[in-house]
Amino acid sequence: MESCDGISEGKVMANIISDETIEYVGILAKLELSDEEKEQAKHDIGRMLDYVDKLNELDTSGVEPLSHVFPVHNVFREDVVTNGDEREKILANAPEEKDGAFKVPKTVE
Amino acid sequence: MAKQYETVIGLEVHVELATKTKIFCGCSTAFGGAPNTHTCPVCTGMPGSLPVLNKQVVEYAMAVGLATNCQIHQYCKFDRKNYFYPDNPQNYQISQLYLPICHDGGVEIETAAGKKVIGIHEIHMEEDAGKLVHDEWEDCSLVDYNRSGVPLIEIVSEPDMRNADEVIAYLDKLRMIVQYLGASDCKLQEGSMRADVNLSVREVGSEKFGTRTEMKNLNSFKAIARAIDGERARQIELLEEGKPVIQETRRWDDNKEYSYPMRSKEDAHDYRYFPDPDLVPVVISDEWLQAVRDRQPELRTEKLARYKREFDIPDYDAGILTESKRMADIFEETTALCGKPKKVSNWLMGETLRLLKEENMEPDELGFSPAHLAKLIELVEAGTINQTVAKEVFERVFYDNADPEKYVEEHGLKTVNDEGELKRVVEEVIAANPQSVADYKGGKDKALGFLVGQTMKAMKGKANPGAVNKLLKELLG
Amino acid sequence: MQLTDLTALELGRKIKEKEISVREAVQASLDRIAQTDGAVGGFVTVDAEGALARADEVQKGIDAGQYTGLLAGVPVAVKDNICTEGLKTTCSSKILYNFVPTYSAEAVLNMNRAGAVILGKTNMDEFAMGSTTETSAFGPTRNPWNPDHVPGGSSGGSCAAVAACEAPYALGSDTGGSIRQPASFCGVTGLKPTYGTVSRYGLVAYGSSLDQIGPIAKDVSDCAAILEMIASYDRKDSTSIDRRETDFTSALVDDVKGLRVGIPSDYLGEGLDNEVRAAVMKAADVLREKGAVVEEFDLSLVEYAIPAYYVIASAEASSNLARFDGVKYGYRAKDYESLHNMYKKSRSEGFGEEVKRRIMLGSFVLSSGYYDAYYLKALRTKALIRQSFDRAFEKYDVILAPASPTTAPRLGESLSDPLKMYLGDIYTISVNLAGLPGISVPVCTDSKGLPIGVQLIGDCFKEKNIIRAAYAYEQARGRFPAPELKACGTSAVCRENGDRVSACGAGNMQEIHEAVPDSVQKVCKGHSDLRPACPAAKEVG
Repeated sequence: MESCDGISEGKVMANIISDETIEYVGILAKLELSDEEKEQAKHDIGRMLDYVDKLNELDTSGVEPLSHVFPVHNVFREDVVTNGDEREKILANAPEEKDGAFKVPKTVE
Repeated sequence: MAKQYETVIGLEVHVELATKTKIFCGCSTAFGGAPNTHTCPVCTGMPGSLPVLNKQVVEYAMAVGLATNCQIHQYCKFDRKNYFYPDNPQNYQISQLYLPICHDGGVEIETAAGKKVIGIHEIHMEEDAGKLVHDEWEDCSLVDYNRSGVPLIEIVSEPDMRNADEVIAYLDKLRMIVQYLGASDCKLQEGSMRADVNLSVREVGSEKFGTRTEMKNLNSFKAIARAIDGERARQIELLEEGKPVIQETRRWDDNKEYSYPMRSKEDAHDYRYFPDPDLVPVVISDEWLQAVRDRQPELRTEKLARYKREFDIPDYDAGILTESKRMADIFEETTALCGKPKKVSNWLMGETLRLLKEENMEPDELGFSPAHLAKLIELVEAGTINQTVAKEVFERVFYDNADPEKYVEEHGLKTVNDEGELKRVVEEVIAANPQSVADYKGGKDKALGFLVGQTMKAMKGKANPGAVNKLLKELLG
Repeated sequence: MQLTDLTALELGRKIKEKEISVREAVQASLDRIAQTDGAVGGFVTVDAEGALARADEVQKGIDAGQYTGLLAGVPVAVKDNICTEGLKTTCSSKILYNFVPTYSAEAVLNMNRAGAVILGKTNMDEFAMGSTTETSAFGPTRNPWNPDHVPGGSSGGSCAAVAACEAPYALGSDTGGSIRQPASFCGVTGLKPTYGTVSRYGLVAYGSSLDQIGPIAKDVSDCAAILEMIASYDRKDSTSIDRRETDFTSALVDDVKGLRVGIPSDYLGEGLDNEVRAAVMKAADVLREKGAVVEEFDLSLVEYAIPAYYVIASAEASSNLARFDGVKYGYRAKDYESLHNMYKKSRSEGFGEEVKRRIMLGSFVLSSGYYDAYYLKALRTKALIRQSFDRAFEKYDVILAPASPTTAPRLGESLSDPLKMYLGDIYTISVNLAGLPGISVPVCTDSKGLPIGVQLIGDCFKEKNIIRAAYAYEQARGRFPAPELKACGTSAVCRENGDRVSACGAGNMQEIHEAVPDSVQKVCKGHSDLRPACPAAKEVG
C-alpha cells in the first residue's frame, strides 16, 4: 500500500539495521531492550533512516551547517560567585543519599 | 641482535584554572567544602538548567595559548562529549572538539641532551567532573559535585617526546608558564595539573607510529617517569612475543608499578560529539586578542634573560629565583627598594630556601613583604646589625612578616658601636682566657677565633665581628 | 456567561475592576476542572490548595498596587515540562514521576512577577515527543470536542484545558509544532515565538535548538498579552535574545491593508485534507477582503524539513535525556546489579516507547561514522530551509499555511505508525528549524465537528505581523465557540497523596486501575488506592 507520503511499507529497506547495531546503540544510550523491542527498534530506525536518506537528494555542498539560527555570540558571565550553599535543595530529589552525597552502586575505574 | 626500540610520547595535560567560579555557573571553585555545598542546578545537571560561559575562562585559555606560541581560533565553539558516568551529572561533558580555542603551538624544553621544541596540537576549554568516593562501610559510592564544572584547559601535545626526561622538562615548562600567567597553581599532587601519557613504541628507524595506550592517574613527576618506563617495557614485551598492543586507556598503579586497563565493555568509547546547542560561539576580535596579549606578564624565559642582563647574579641563582613567580616577584620588588640585587639574591638563595626546605613549603607560599627584606638588608649594610643577628631577624620576617626595624629596636639587637664598651669587654675576655691568649701568642691563629667567639657571646651577638677581630689583634699586639 | 467562558484578558479586567476577586476566578477554574477534567484528562497535577493560597496573596498584591498588569490574578495552567518550584514537574514521564523542582522556569517567574496563579500542570506527550498526547505515561488527554479523538500534541493537555474552559490560558512548548498543532485540533489560539524570545531556563529540554515556550489561549489578544508577559532577555539562557520591541499587544490592530500574505503552494498539495485546504482559503479570502495582498508561491524544500528535524531533534534529545539516569532525581529501578545495570534498568523502565525510539535514533545518527552523513547533512539542510524562508520574507510579510494536514485523528490511530505521525508535522516543523514565529488560529470545524486551525508564520522577530494578521482575521471570524463537553467519569484521585490520575475511557474504578499504566501504579504506591475524581465514576471492588 502506498500512503500519501510516498513511503511504502512493502519497499525494501535500504537501511538494514543489524542486531549488532541495535546492541551497540543500546550500550551508547544505556537502554536495555527485550528481544521484541529490539526487533521493533530495528524496523523503526531502519524505516526512519530510509526516510532520512531523502536528504541525499539535496545538494548541500558548500552549505555551512547551521547550528544556531541566529548569529549570537559571546554570551558571558563575569567571574563572580553568585551561588551559596544549596545542598539541601540539590539533594531534595535524590533517590538515595548519604552524608550529603548522591549514593550510587559501587563504582571503581 | 636484539631490536632497538624508540618510545614515542604525547601528553594530554589538564590544568584547573584559577577562576573564582565554575565555567558555566556562579558556584565557587574553592577547595574543601563539605560534599555538594558548592553546587547548583547547572553543575548538577538538573532538568531545565542551562550553562552560561565564564569570560575569565576564555581569557586564561587565550593567555596560555599565546604563551605557548599557539594560533588562536577567533571563532570557537563548545561541543558535548557524551558518556555515562556518575561523576558527570549531565552524562555529557561540555568540551571543545571541532574548534578548540588554541592550536598549533609549541614550547622549547631543555634536557641534558640539549634543546628541543615540543609541539602543542591544541588547547581546549572544558568542565571538570565531580568526585566519587568509595564508601567501604556500605560498599557503595558517593558522588560529590563540588568539583563538577570547575574550569579546565586541556593542553594536547604532539607526539614529540621520546623519554621521561623530556616529558618532565615539558611538564615543568608548562607549569612555569601557567603559574606565571596566574592561570592556575598547577599542583600535580592536588590534581590542579593532571597529565595523561599517550605512549607507543616502534623500532628505531621506523617511520610509522606503533599502537598507543593512554595512561591515567599519574600524580607526581616520579610516577610519570616510572609509568613511562613500565609501559615501555610492557609494550616491548608484547611486541617481542608477537602480540599486538591494544589501543586502550590504562590506569597506572604506582605501588605495583604496572598499568591496568580501565573501563569495561559497557563503554563503547564513542562520544558522539556534537555542538552544544545551549552555548553560543565565542568570537575573539583582534582587539580582544591584542588586549590579552598586552596584558601578558613577562614569562620565565624572558625574565631569566633579563636577570642575566640587568643583575650581576650567577646564572644558577637566576634560574632558581625565576623558578617560582612568587620568588621572582619578591626578588624584583626587594631589589627595586634596596638596589642591591646580589644581596637580595643571597638572602633568597640562602636563608629563604633553607627555611622553605625545613618547613616543607613551596616558594608560592612565601608570605613576607619585600619591603621588610629590603629593610633588613639596609640594616646590615648600615652596620646596625651584624650578619648573625640578621639571620635571627630574618626568621621573624620569614615566619611572621615582622618589621625588622621594629624588631631590632624592641629586642635591643643593634650592634654596639661604642668603642669604650667593646674595649672593656675584650679586655675582660683576654683576662678570663689566659690559655688562649698564650696559644695565640705562640702562633696558633685558631685561638683568635675562639676569643672573637667569646667576645661575641659576651656581647650577646650585638658586636661587629670584624671590629672585635681587629681590636683583639691590637690588644694582643 | 460563566467566568470560565471569559478570555484571560476579560477575566483580568474584571479582577482589576474588582468585579470579582482572584479567589473567585481561581475557584471557578478549579470547579470546572473537577467537573470536566475527568473526561478531558488535561491535567497531570492540580494544585488546588496552592492555587487558592496564591490567589489570596495575589489579591493583596493587586490591592496594594504591586500587580498592575493586564493578567494579574488570572489563573493559568502550565505544561508539565516547565519547571515550577515546589510543584511536581514530570514531563509526563515515569522517569520524573516524583520530581519536584527547587527552582522555577524564567517564564514562570515572569508570570509570577505579573501576579499569575498556577492551577496545575498539564499533560503532554512524554518529554514533548509526540503529536497526540498519547505517549504520556499518565494516560492520554482527550479532545474536548470529541473524546474519541486526540487533542494533538505535545502540548495537548494545555490546549485541551483551555478549550474545555478549565484554564483561561496555558503555557505550552513548541519544538516541531507542539503548540500550533494541538491548538488547531482543540480550537484554541497558540503562538510559538521567535527562537530566543522566551527564556528556555527551566524548560526541560527536548531539542534545545528548536524548543520555545509560548502561550495558548482563547484568542489572539490573550496570546499577545501573555507573550508580552513571559518574553524576556535572560542572562541564564545563552540563546536568549535581547529584543527591543516586545509590546506585542500594540499589534492588536484590525488593519491588514497592503499586508503581503504568501501561501506556499507546496503546502497545498498531496496529503492535505480538503476541508483543511478549504479553511486556509477561507482565511485567505477574509484577509484579502480586508485589503491584504494574498498570493500563492513556491516555498520549496518542504519535504526535507521532517527528515532534517528528526535527525536534529533526536540527536539533541539523546544527549539532553542522558541526565535521567536514576542518580540525582526521578525514577531508579528497584533491582540492579551494578552501576551500568542500574542505568539501563532505570532508563528502560522509566522511558516510554517513543522516547526510547528517538533516543536510539539520536544516538545512532551521532555515533562514530554517521555524524557527517546524518547530523551535519541535517544542519546543512536546515541552513537551506532557512534561506528559502529568507527569500519568502523578501516578498511577503506573513505566510499563511495549514497547521496540520488533517483535523484531530482518533485515539490510537497514530501510535501504530510513528513515521506517519511524524509526517503530520510537515507544516509546522520548518518554522522551528528556521527559528520563526508562528501562530495557529481556529477557522471553523470540519464535517465531523472537529476544529480546523490555520497557521500564520512571520519572519524572525516579526511576531507583530502575525499578531496583526491573526487579530484582523479573528475580528471578521468572531468569537470561536467552546465545545460542548460530554459527561465525565474517567479519572481518579489518589486517596493518599491527592495525585490525580488520568484514565480516560474508563467508566469505573476497575477500568481506571486497568487504564492507569502498571508502571505508574508500581512507582507511585499511592495510586493503588484511588477514588473517583467526580461522582459519575462508579467505584467498584
